[in-house]
Amino acid sequence: MTSSLSLTVNDRPRTVSIEPHHTLLEVLRADLGLTGTKECCLVGECGACTVLVDGRSVDSCLVLAVEANGSEVVTVEGLALAGALNSLQQAFLDHGAAQCGFCIPGQLMAARALLETSPRPSRAEVEDGLAGNLCRCAGYEQIIEAVLDAAERDAAPTAARSPDRGAAAEADPAATPDANLAPQ
Amino acid sequence: MRAFAVAQPEDLSEAIGLLAGEPAARLLAGGTDLIIGLRDGSIEAPLVIDVKRIRELDASIANAGGGLVIGARTAMTEIAADPRIRARYTALAEGAAVVGSVQIRNRATLAGNVCNASPAADTTPALLVFGATVAVRGPAGERSLPIDEVFVRSGVTTIRPDEIVTRIELPPIAGRVGSTHVRRTRRRGHDLASVTIAAAVLESGETRIAYGSVGPRPLLRVDSTGALADPGASDAARLRVLDDMFADAAPSAGSMRASPEYRLAMLRVLGLRAVDAARGRREGSKA
Repeated sequence: MTSSLSLTVNDRPRTVSIEPHHTLLEVLRADLGLTGTKECCLVGECGACTVLVDGRSVDSCLVLAVEANGSEVVTVEGLALAGALNSLQQAFLDHGAAQCGFCIPGQLMAARALLETSPRPSRAEVEDGLAGNLCRCAGYEQIIEAVLDAAERDAAPTAARSPDRGAAAEADPAATPDANLAPQ
Repeated sequence: MRAFAVAQPEDLSEAIGLLAGEPAARLLAGGTDLIIGLRDGSIEAPLVIDVKRIRELDASIANAGGGLVIGARTAMTEIAADPRIRARYTALAEGAAVVGSVQIRNRATLAGNVCNASPAADTTPALLVFGATVAVRGPAGERSLPIDEVFVRSGVTTIRPDEIVTRIELPPIAGRVGSTHVRRTRRRGHDLASVTIAAAVLESGETRIAYGSVGPRPLLRVDSTGALADPGASDAARLRVLDDMFADAAPSAGSMRASPEYRLAMLRVLGLRAVDAARGRREGSKA
Protein backbone atom coordinates (compact mmCIF):
# COMPACT_ATOMS: atom_id res chain seq x y z
CA MET A 1 0.00 0.00 0.00
CA THR A 2 1.76 3.11 -1.15
CA SER A 3 1.13 6.56 0.21
CA SER A 4 2.14 10.04 -0.83
CA LEU A 5 4.90 11.79 1.08
CA SER A 6 5.46 15.54 0.82
CA LEU A 7 8.47 17.09 2.44
CA THR A 8 11.13 19.69 1.82
CA VAL A 9 14.60 18.33 1.15
CA ASN A 10 17.47 20.81 1.00
CA ASP A 11 15.01 23.67 0.48
CA ARG A 12 13.31 21.91 -2.41
CA PRO A 13 9.69 20.69 -2.02
CA ARG A 14 9.43 17.02 -2.97
CA THR A 15 6.48 14.65 -3.26
CA VAL A 16 7.12 10.95 -3.62
CA SER A 17 5.09 7.78 -3.50
CA ILE A 18 6.38 5.57 -0.70
CA GLU A 19 5.76 2.28 1.07
CA PRO A 20 4.83 2.84 4.72
CA HIS A 21 7.56 0.51 5.99
CA HIS A 22 10.30 2.35 4.12
CA THR A 23 12.68 4.45 6.15
CA LEU A 24 13.63 8.05 5.49
CA LEU A 25 17.09 6.73 4.60
CA GLU A 26 15.67 4.46 1.90
CA VAL A 27 13.51 7.24 0.45
CA LEU A 28 16.39 9.73 0.40
CA ARG A 29 18.73 7.30 -1.32
CA ALA A 30 16.46 5.22 -3.54
CA ASP A 31 13.55 7.51 -4.37
CA LEU A 32 15.23 10.91 -4.32
CA GLY A 33 18.68 9.80 -5.49
CA LEU A 34 20.43 11.57 -2.62
CA THR A 35 23.11 8.96 -2.03
CA GLY A 36 25.35 11.21 0.05
CA THR A 37 23.52 9.90 3.12
CA LYS A 38 25.05 6.49 3.83
CA GLU A 39 23.51 3.22 4.93
CA CYS A 40 25.68 1.29 7.35
CA CYS A 41 24.76 -0.28 10.71
CA LEU A 42 20.96 0.17 10.51
CA VAL A 43 20.69 0.10 14.32
CA GLY A 44 21.44 3.72 15.18
CA GLU A 45 24.99 3.16 16.38
CA CYS A 46 27.22 4.43 13.56
CA GLY A 47 25.58 7.71 12.51
CA ALA A 48 26.48 7.36 8.81
CA CYS A 49 22.83 8.05 7.92
CA THR A 50 22.57 11.26 9.99
CA VAL A 51 20.36 13.97 8.49
CA LEU A 52 18.56 16.96 9.96
CA VAL A 53 14.78 16.76 10.31
CA ASP A 54 13.24 20.09 11.31
CA GLY A 55 16.65 21.21 12.49
CA ARG A 56 17.44 18.18 14.68
CA SER A 57 19.94 15.48 13.85
CA VAL A 58 18.50 11.98 13.58
CA ASP A 59 19.61 8.58 12.35
CA SER A 60 17.54 8.36 9.17
CA CYS A 61 17.69 4.53 9.29
CA LEU A 62 15.50 4.73 12.41
CA VAL A 63 12.89 7.12 11.01
CA LEU A 64 10.00 5.90 8.91
CA ALA A 65 9.60 8.08 5.85
CA VAL A 66 5.93 8.70 6.71
CA GLU A 67 7.03 10.32 9.95
CA ALA A 68 8.82 13.02 7.97
CA ASN A 69 5.68 14.08 6.11
CA GLY A 70 5.58 17.88 6.12
CA SER A 71 9.10 18.15 7.54
CA GLU A 72 12.17 20.07 6.45
CA VAL A 73 15.03 17.67 5.80
CA VAL A 74 18.64 18.66 5.23
CA THR A 75 21.14 16.12 3.89
CA VAL A 76 24.84 16.46 3.20
CA GLU A 77 23.96 17.56 -0.33
CA GLY A 78 22.33 20.64 1.23
CA LEU A 79 25.44 21.93 2.98
CA ALA A 80 27.28 23.56 0.09
CA LEU A 81 25.99 26.95 -0.98
CA ALA A 82 26.00 27.87 -4.67
CA GLY A 83 28.68 25.32 -5.39
CA ALA A 84 31.02 26.51 -2.61
CA LEU A 85 31.81 24.22 0.30
CA ASN A 86 30.52 25.49 3.62
CA SER A 87 32.92 26.17 6.48
CA LEU A 88 32.53 22.68 7.97
CA GLN A 89 33.17 20.94 4.67
CA GLN A 90 36.18 23.16 4.01
CA ALA A 91 37.58 22.57 7.48
CA PHE A 92 37.21 18.78 7.04
CA LEU A 93 39.14 19.09 3.79
CA ASP A 94 41.83 21.31 5.28
CA HIS A 95 42.37 19.06 8.29
CA GLY A 96 42.43 15.80 6.34
CA ALA A 97 39.41 14.68 8.34
CA ALA A 98 38.13 12.45 5.54
CA GLN A 99 40.11 9.26 5.03
CA CYS A 100 37.94 6.62 3.34
CA GLY A 101 35.15 9.19 3.55
CA PHE A 102 32.22 6.87 4.18
CA CYS A 103 31.31 8.28 7.60
CA ILE A 104 31.91 11.89 6.60
CA PRO A 105 28.39 12.84 5.45
CA GLY A 106 27.07 11.74 8.84
CA GLN A 107 29.93 13.42 10.70
CA LEU A 108 29.23 16.66 8.83
CA MET A 109 25.53 16.58 9.59
CA ALA A 110 26.12 15.81 13.28
CA ALA A 111 28.66 18.66 13.37
CA ARG A 112 26.22 20.99 11.64
CA ALA A 113 23.56 20.21 14.26
CA LEU A 114 26.10 20.75 17.04
CA LEU A 115 27.22 24.14 15.74
CA GLU A 116 23.63 25.29 15.39
CA THR A 117 22.92 24.68 19.07
CA SER A 118 26.44 25.45 20.29
CA PRO A 119 28.29 27.76 17.89
CA ARG A 120 31.51 27.80 19.93
CA PRO A 121 31.70 24.29 21.39
CA SER A 122 34.42 23.10 23.72
CA ARG A 123 36.41 20.05 22.69
CA ALA A 124 34.37 17.96 25.14
CA GLU A 125 31.16 19.22 23.57
CA VAL A 126 32.43 18.23 20.12
CA GLU A 127 33.33 14.77 21.41
CA ASP A 128 29.87 14.37 22.92
CA GLY A 129 28.11 15.89 19.92
CA LEU A 130 29.81 13.44 17.56
CA ALA A 131 29.66 10.41 19.90
CA GLY A 132 26.96 8.90 17.69
CA ASN A 133 29.20 8.90 14.62
CA LEU A 134 31.77 6.16 14.20
CA CYS A 135 34.81 6.36 11.92
CA ARG A 136 36.48 3.07 11.08
CA CYS A 137 39.57 4.89 9.84
CA ALA A 138 39.78 6.36 13.36
CA GLY A 139 40.16 9.89 12.05
CA TYR A 140 38.61 11.27 15.20
CA GLU A 141 41.36 13.76 16.05
CA GLN A 142 41.23 15.39 12.63
CA ILE A 143 37.43 15.41 12.68
CA ILE A 144 37.33 17.09 16.10
CA GLU A 145 39.95 19.64 15.01
CA ALA A 146 37.98 20.36 11.85
CA VAL A 147 34.78 21.03 13.78
CA LEU A 148 36.56 23.33 16.25
CA ASP A 149 38.21 25.14 13.35
CA ALA A 150 34.93 25.53 11.47
CA ALA A 151 33.34 27.03 14.59
CA GLU A 152 36.22 29.47 14.84
CA ARG A 153 35.94 30.41 11.15
CA ASP A 154 32.19 30.97 11.52
CA ALA A 155 32.75 33.17 14.56
CA ALA A 156 35.44 35.26 12.85
CA PRO A 157 34.51 38.66 11.38
CA THR A 158 33.43 38.36 7.76
CA ALA A 159 36.57 40.10 6.47
CA ALA A 160 38.74 37.42 8.06
CA ARG A 161 36.86 34.68 6.24
CA SER A 162 38.66 35.20 2.97
CA PRO A 163 38.06 32.89 0.02
CA ASP A 164 41.67 31.79 0.50
CA ARG A 165 40.66 29.04 2.83
CA GLY A 166 44.13 27.57 3.02
CA ALA A 167 45.30 30.45 5.18
CA ALA A 168 43.37 29.34 8.23
CA ALA A 169 44.65 25.81 7.96
CA GLU A 170 48.24 26.99 7.69
CA ALA A 171 48.04 29.15 10.79
CA ASP A 172 49.91 27.65 13.70
CA PRO A 173 47.21 26.53 16.10
CA ALA A 174 49.65 26.76 19.02
CA ALA A 175 50.15 30.46 18.30
CA THR A 176 46.43 31.13 18.54
CA PRO A 177 45.03 31.02 22.07
CA ASP A 178 41.93 28.91 21.83
CA ALA A 179 39.40 29.48 24.57
CA ASN A 180 37.65 26.29 23.54
CA LEU A 181 40.54 24.17 24.66
CA ALA A 182 40.73 25.74 28.09
CA PRO A 183 39.17 23.77 30.95
CA GLN A 184 35.52 24.71 31.34
CA MET B 1 12.08 -4.73 6.47
CA ARG B 2 8.92 -6.81 6.33
CA ALA B 3 5.95 -4.73 5.15
CA PHE B 4 3.54 -3.24 7.66
CA ALA B 5 0.86 -0.59 7.60
CA VAL B 6 1.28 2.72 9.42
CA ALA B 7 -1.53 4.69 11.04
CA GLN B 8 -1.12 8.27 12.20
CA PRO B 9 -4.17 8.96 14.39
CA GLU B 10 -4.84 12.52 15.47
CA ASP B 11 -6.66 11.85 18.70
CA LEU B 12 -6.28 9.44 21.56
CA SER B 13 -9.62 7.67 21.21
CA GLU B 14 -8.84 6.89 17.57
CA ALA B 15 -5.46 5.49 18.60
CA ILE B 16 -7.00 3.37 21.37
CA GLY B 17 -9.57 2.07 18.87
CA LEU B 18 -6.85 1.11 16.39
CA LEU B 19 -4.91 -0.66 19.13
CA ALA B 20 -8.01 -2.54 20.28
CA GLY B 21 -8.72 -3.60 16.70
CA GLU B 22 -5.24 -5.00 16.07
CA PRO B 23 -3.74 -6.60 19.18
CA ALA B 24 -0.41 -7.14 17.44
CA ALA B 25 -0.07 -3.46 16.54
CA ARG B 26 2.89 -1.56 17.99
CA LEU B 27 3.12 2.06 19.05
CA LEU B 28 5.77 4.26 17.48
CA ALA B 29 7.07 7.28 19.38
CA GLY B 30 10.83 7.75 18.92
CA GLY B 31 11.27 4.43 17.11
CA THR B 32 14.82 3.92 18.32
CA ASP B 33 14.02 0.45 19.66
CA LEU B 34 10.93 -0.39 17.61
CA ILE B 35 12.38 0.14 14.13
CA ILE B 36 15.46 -1.93 14.99
CA GLY B 37 13.17 -4.76 16.12
CA LEU B 38 10.92 -4.50 13.08
CA ARG B 39 13.95 -4.65 10.81
CA ASP B 40 15.68 -7.60 12.47
CA GLY B 41 12.42 -9.53 12.78
CA SER B 42 12.42 -9.70 16.57
CA ILE B 43 9.21 -7.64 16.46
CA GLU B 44 6.44 -8.55 14.03
CA ALA B 45 3.62 -6.06 13.68
CA PRO B 46 1.05 -5.81 10.88
CA LEU B 47 0.30 -2.25 12.01
CA VAL B 48 2.49 0.48 13.45
CA ILE B 49 0.65 3.35 15.14
CA ASP B 50 2.61 6.59 15.12
CA VAL B 51 1.57 8.49 18.26
CA LYS B 52 3.28 11.77 17.37
CA ARG B 53 0.22 13.36 15.74
CA ILE B 54 -2.14 12.63 18.64
CA ARG B 55 -3.26 16.02 19.88
CA GLU B 56 -3.72 14.96 23.52
CA LEU B 57 -0.13 13.73 23.75
CA ASP B 58 2.38 16.50 23.95
CA ALA B 59 6.09 16.99 24.10
CA SER B 60 5.97 19.49 26.94
CA ILE B 61 7.21 19.52 30.52
CA ALA B 62 4.69 21.35 32.70
CA ASN B 63 4.64 22.49 36.33
CA ALA B 64 1.94 20.71 38.34
CA GLY B 65 1.38 21.11 42.06
CA GLY B 66 5.07 21.54 42.85
CA GLY B 67 6.04 18.60 40.65
CA LEU B 68 6.35 18.16 36.91
CA VAL B 69 4.26 16.47 34.22
CA ILE B 70 6.18 15.14 31.25
CA GLY B 71 4.16 14.57 28.08
CA ALA B 72 4.40 11.18 26.42
CA ARG B 73 6.12 12.58 23.33
CA THR B 74 8.89 14.35 25.25
CA ALA B 75 12.31 13.31 23.94
CA MET B 76 15.49 12.77 25.96
CA THR B 77 17.02 15.97 24.54
CA GLU B 78 14.28 18.04 26.21
CA ILE B 79 14.49 16.09 29.49
CA ALA B 80 18.27 16.57 29.67
CA ALA B 81 18.04 20.31 28.95
CA ASP B 82 15.10 21.26 31.16
CA PRO B 83 16.30 23.62 33.93
CA ARG B 84 13.66 22.39 36.41
CA ILE B 85 14.63 18.75 35.91
CA ARG B 86 18.32 19.61 36.11
CA ALA B 87 17.81 21.49 39.38
CA ARG B 88 15.37 19.26 41.29
CA TYR B 89 15.42 15.90 39.51
CA THR B 90 19.09 15.97 38.53
CA ALA B 91 19.48 12.20 38.27
CA LEU B 92 16.80 12.12 35.58
CA ALA B 93 18.46 14.87 33.55
CA GLU B 94 21.80 13.07 33.84
CA GLY B 95 20.27 9.72 32.86
CA ALA B 96 18.53 11.23 29.84
CA ALA B 97 21.76 12.97 28.79
CA VAL B 98 23.60 9.66 28.32
CA VAL B 99 20.95 7.72 26.42
CA GLY B 100 22.50 6.71 23.08
CA SER B 101 23.85 9.61 21.06
CA VAL B 102 22.55 13.08 20.18
CA GLN B 103 20.70 11.54 17.22
CA ILE B 104 19.06 8.95 19.48
CA ARG B 105 18.22 11.49 22.20
CA ASN B 106 16.55 13.71 19.63
CA ARG B 107 14.07 10.91 18.92
CA ALA B 108 13.90 8.59 21.93
CA THR B 109 11.14 9.44 24.40
CA LEU B 110 11.03 8.99 28.17
CA ALA B 111 7.72 7.16 27.82
CA GLY B 112 9.27 4.83 25.25
CA ASN B 113 12.20 4.13 27.56
CA VAL B 114 9.70 3.09 30.27
CA CYS B 115 7.61 0.93 27.92
CA ASN B 116 10.67 -0.79 26.46
CA ALA B 117 11.60 -1.77 30.03
CA SER B 118 15.23 -2.52 29.32
CA PRO B 119 17.05 -3.48 32.53
CA ALA B 120 19.88 -1.21 31.32
CA ALA B 121 17.65 1.81 30.66
CA ASP B 122 19.33 5.01 31.78
CA THR B 123 16.24 6.91 32.90
CA THR B 124 14.30 4.27 34.82
CA PRO B 125 16.47 4.25 37.99
CA ALA B 126 15.92 8.01 38.34
CA LEU B 127 12.17 7.64 37.82
CA LEU B 128 12.15 5.02 40.60
CA VAL B 129 14.15 7.22 42.94
CA PHE B 130 11.75 10.14 42.45
CA GLY B 131 8.61 8.00 42.77
CA ALA B 132 7.24 8.87 39.34
CA THR B 133 3.81 7.73 38.20
CA VAL B 134 2.90 6.68 34.68
CA ALA B 135 -0.53 7.70 33.40
CA VAL B 136 -1.99 5.34 30.80
CA ARG B 137 -5.22 5.35 28.84
CA GLY B 138 -7.01 2.34 27.40
CA PRO B 139 -10.52 1.20 26.45
CA ALA B 140 -11.40 1.05 30.16
CA GLY B 141 -10.28 4.63 30.79
CA GLU B 142 -7.28 6.16 32.47
CA ARG B 143 -5.21 4.82 35.35
CA SER B 144 -2.01 5.84 37.09
CA LEU B 145 0.71 3.31 37.78
CA PRO B 146 3.42 3.89 40.37
CA ILE B 147 6.66 3.42 38.43
CA ASP B 148 7.83 0.67 40.79
CA GLU B 149 4.80 -1.40 39.73
CA VAL B 150 5.48 -1.00 35.99
CA PHE B 151 8.58 -3.10 35.36
CA VAL B 152 8.44 -6.89 35.14
CA ARG B 153 11.43 -7.86 33.02
CA SER B 154 13.13 -6.77 29.80
CA GLY B 155 10.41 -5.69 27.37
CA VAL B 156 7.58 -6.63 29.74
CA THR B 157 5.58 -4.18 31.84
CA THR B 158 2.24 -4.10 33.62
CA ILE B 159 1.01 -1.58 31.05
CA ARG B 160 -1.56 -3.58 29.08
CA PRO B 161 -1.16 -4.08 25.34
CA ASP B 162 -4.29 -1.99 24.70
CA GLU B 163 -3.08 0.97 26.78
CA ILE B 164 -1.13 4.06 25.75
CA VAL B 165 1.12 6.07 28.05
CA THR B 166 -0.14 9.66 28.09
CA ARG B 167 2.27 11.29 30.55
CA ILE B 168 4.78 10.71 33.32
CA GLU B 169 4.41 12.62 36.56
CA LEU B 170 7.19 13.59 38.94
CA PRO B 171 5.85 14.35 42.43
CA PRO B 172 7.07 17.39 44.38
CA ILE B 173 10.10 16.96 46.62
CA ALA B 174 9.98 18.55 50.07
CA GLY B 175 13.01 20.59 51.11
CA ARG B 176 16.52 20.28 49.79
CA VAL B 177 17.46 17.35 47.56
CA GLY B 178 20.57 16.14 45.81
CA SER B 179 20.63 13.37 43.25
CA THR B 180 22.82 11.80 40.60
CA HIS B 181 22.89 9.12 37.93
CA VAL B 182 26.10 7.15 37.52
CA ARG B 183 26.86 4.24 35.23
CA ARG B 184 29.62 1.99 34.02
CA THR B 185 30.06 1.49 30.29
CA ARG B 186 32.74 -0.27 28.25
CA ARG B 187 33.58 2.84 26.33
CA ARG B 188 33.01 6.54 26.73
CA GLY B 189 30.31 7.86 24.45
CA HIS B 190 27.55 5.79 22.92
CA ASP B 191 27.20 2.50 24.83
CA LEU B 192 24.78 0.49 26.91
CA ALA B 193 25.54 0.41 30.61
CA SER B 194 26.88 -2.56 32.57
CA VAL B 195 25.76 -0.95 35.84
CA THR B 196 23.37 1.97 36.33
CA ILE B 197 22.60 3.67 39.64
CA ALA B 198 20.47 6.66 40.55
CA ALA B 199 20.68 8.02 44.08
CA ALA B 200 18.82 10.83 45.82
CA VAL B 201 19.50 12.19 49.30
CA LEU B 202 16.52 14.02 50.78
CA GLU B 203 16.25 16.76 53.41
CA SER B 204 15.18 14.15 55.98
CA GLY B 205 18.40 12.20 55.51
CA GLU B 206 16.62 9.45 53.62
CA THR B 207 18.65 8.00 50.74
CA ARG B 208 16.81 6.46 47.80
CA ILE B 209 18.81 4.26 45.45
CA ALA B 210 17.67 2.50 42.28
CA TYR B 211 19.96 0.27 40.29
CA GLY B 212 19.74 -1.43 36.93
CA SER B 213 21.65 -3.62 34.46
CA VAL B 214 22.13 -6.23 37.20
CA GLY B 215 18.93 -8.23 36.89
CA PRO B 216 15.72 -8.48 34.90
CA ARG B 217 14.40 -5.10 36.08
CA PRO B 218 15.68 -2.00 37.88
CA LEU B 219 15.21 -2.14 41.67
CA LEU B 220 14.45 0.61 44.19
CA ARG B 221 15.80 0.45 47.75
CA VAL B 222 15.41 3.09 50.47
CA ASP B 223 17.57 3.79 53.52
CA SER B 224 15.37 5.80 55.87
CA THR B 225 17.74 5.44 58.84
CA GLY B 226 19.95 8.27 57.63
CA ALA B 227 23.03 6.03 57.92
CA LEU B 228 23.99 6.24 54.25
CA ALA B 229 23.74 10.01 54.11
CA ASP B 230 25.61 10.48 57.40
CA PRO B 231 28.82 12.38 56.55
CA GLY B 232 30.46 10.93 59.69
CA ALA B 233 29.82 7.29 58.72
CA SER B 234 32.81 5.26 57.54
CA ASP B 235 32.86 3.71 54.07
CA ALA B 236 32.80 0.29 55.71
CA ALA B 237 29.63 1.14 57.63
CA ARG B 238 27.99 2.58 54.55
CA LEU B 239 28.98 -0.43 52.46
CA ARG B 240 27.18 -2.66 54.95
CA VAL B 241 24.01 -0.66 54.28
CA LEU B 242 24.62 -0.70 50.55
CA ASP B 243 25.26 -4.45 50.50
CA ASP B 244 21.81 -4.96 52.02
CA MET B 245 20.28 -2.68 49.40
CA PHE B 246 22.10 -4.51 46.60
CA ALA B 247 21.25 -7.98 47.92
CA ASP B 248 18.79 -8.63 45.09
CA ALA B 249 21.20 -7.81 42.30
CA ALA B 250 21.34 -10.85 40.03
CA PRO B 251 23.34 -10.07 36.91
CA SER B 252 23.16 -12.52 34.05
CA ALA B 253 26.22 -14.65 33.33
CA GLY B 254 25.29 -14.65 29.65
CA SER B 255 25.81 -10.95 28.94
CA MET B 256 28.68 -9.97 26.71
CA ARG B 257 28.99 -6.53 28.28
CA ALA B 258 30.39 -7.52 31.69
CA SER B 259 30.70 -10.54 33.98
CA PRO B 260 28.42 -10.82 37.02
CA GLU B 261 31.45 -10.49 39.32
CA TYR B 262 32.50 -7.23 37.69
CA ARG B 263 29.00 -5.79 37.80
CA LEU B 264 28.55 -6.63 41.49
CA ALA B 265 31.94 -5.14 42.34
CA MET B 266 31.18 -1.97 40.40
CA LEU B 267 27.77 -1.70 42.02
CA ARG B 268 29.46 -1.14 45.41
CA VAL B 269 32.02 1.31 44.03
CA LEU B 270 29.46 3.34 42.11
CA GLY B 271 26.97 3.10 44.97
CA LEU B 272 29.33 4.91 47.35
CA ARG B 273 30.20 7.49 44.70
CA ALA B 274 26.55 8.11 43.90
CA VAL B 275 25.62 8.66 47.55
CA ASP B 276 28.57 11.02 48.05
CA ALA B 277 27.68 13.01 44.95
CA ALA B 278 23.98 13.19 45.83
CA ARG B 279 24.73 14.28 49.40
CA GLY B 280 27.14 16.94 48.17
CA ARG B 281 24.52 18.29 45.82
CA ARG B 282 21.91 18.37 48.56
CA GLU B 283 24.21 20.64 50.59
CA GLY B 284 24.38 23.05 47.67
CA SER B 285 20.69 22.91 46.82
CA LYS B 286 17.83 25.22 47.72
CA ALA B 287 14.61 24.00 49.25
